Amino acid sequence: MIGVGKAKQYANVLDKPLGRGRQEVSLSAFAFLFSEVVQYNQTQVDNIAELERRLEDAGYAVGARVLELLCHREKGNRRETRLLGILSFIHSTVWKVLFGKVADSLEKGTEHEDEYMISEKELLVNRFISVPKDMGAFNCGAFVAGIVRGVLDNAGFPAVVTAHFVPIEGQQRPRTTILIKFAEEVIHREARLG
Amino acid sequence: MASTACFVIVSKNDIPIYEAEVGSAPKKEDLAYHHQFILHAALDVVQDLAWTTNAMFLRSVDRFNDLVVSVYVTAGHTRFMLLHDSRSEDGIKSFFQEVHELYIKIFLNPLYLPGSRIASSHFDTKVRALARKYL
Repeated sequence: MIGVGKAKQYANVLDKPLGRGRQEVSLSAFAFLFSEVVQYNQTQVDNIAELERRLEDAGYAVGARVLELLCHREKGNRRETRLLGILSFIHSTVWKVLFGKVADSLEKGTEHEDEYMISEKELLVNRFISVPKDMGAFNCGAFVAGIVRGVLDNAGFPAVVTAHFVPIEGQQRPRTTILIKFAEEVIHREARLG
Repeated sequence: MASTACFVIVSKNDIPIYEAEVGSAPKKEDLAYHHQFILHAALDVVQDLAWTTNAMFLRSVDRFNDLVVSVYVTAGHTRFMLLHDSRSEDGIKSFFQEVHELYIKIFLNPLYLPGSRIASSHFDTKVRALARKYL
């Protein structure tokens, strides 16, 4: 296996310095692992909503850790206290570290004040996935939605985050939109901070 | 080194996940409870202050007689609280930053459940060594 034998051995994780995070992981290795995650969870549930929830929970744990690590590593120990700040942190910093690029777009919902959308033409986790007709609106992007929720919730911006397929005209594959709906308290605090 | 110092890590859900009495003062049980009480009272102040700045180190947020409470809030709203009587702010800042790094390493461990007690004896040893070095 790649990397085995090269790494220095440490007695305890606490002795090991935090990496600078410049390494990349093989996409096929990740795709296989993610495929297993989805397959395993599929055996544990009896409906689609439950499957999405489980994927989201798996993502949540990633998001919580990513937030803590990246604020230390990429932002020099600065926290995000503003709504737009944390959204652009997710859109650029988090996306770049996880997927190697910034997200395609970050928009504010037109109908509701408390909704924001992050869209991605070809979400990394969906690249090798096509959803059968009988699974309806199921989207494996639920895992990424979970990551986003993990980051937001831990930073003090509780929100409901969901992943949806949105068809694009003239394209075979739909894009994935991560819809973020913030809790009322977040909007109130934002207004108070001015 | 400070003669009295009490260090507590409080999780996002307001549950203490690590506690240590550091410092050279003789250990007394009732004093430890007293310290907990002061730190607990400071939590409300921290909650308000945390949203007014994006720095992690909030300096001293509260005082009780000659004891001062210094607080450090991480990105995930885990609070490091130190009750002390000396006033070397630089030392305290360095202490918090190094503990933060240790905390991230604990937090990144997939087997650590966020918000649960930090039971690692290695962590405890390292934090106490840092306290001796900086406080």
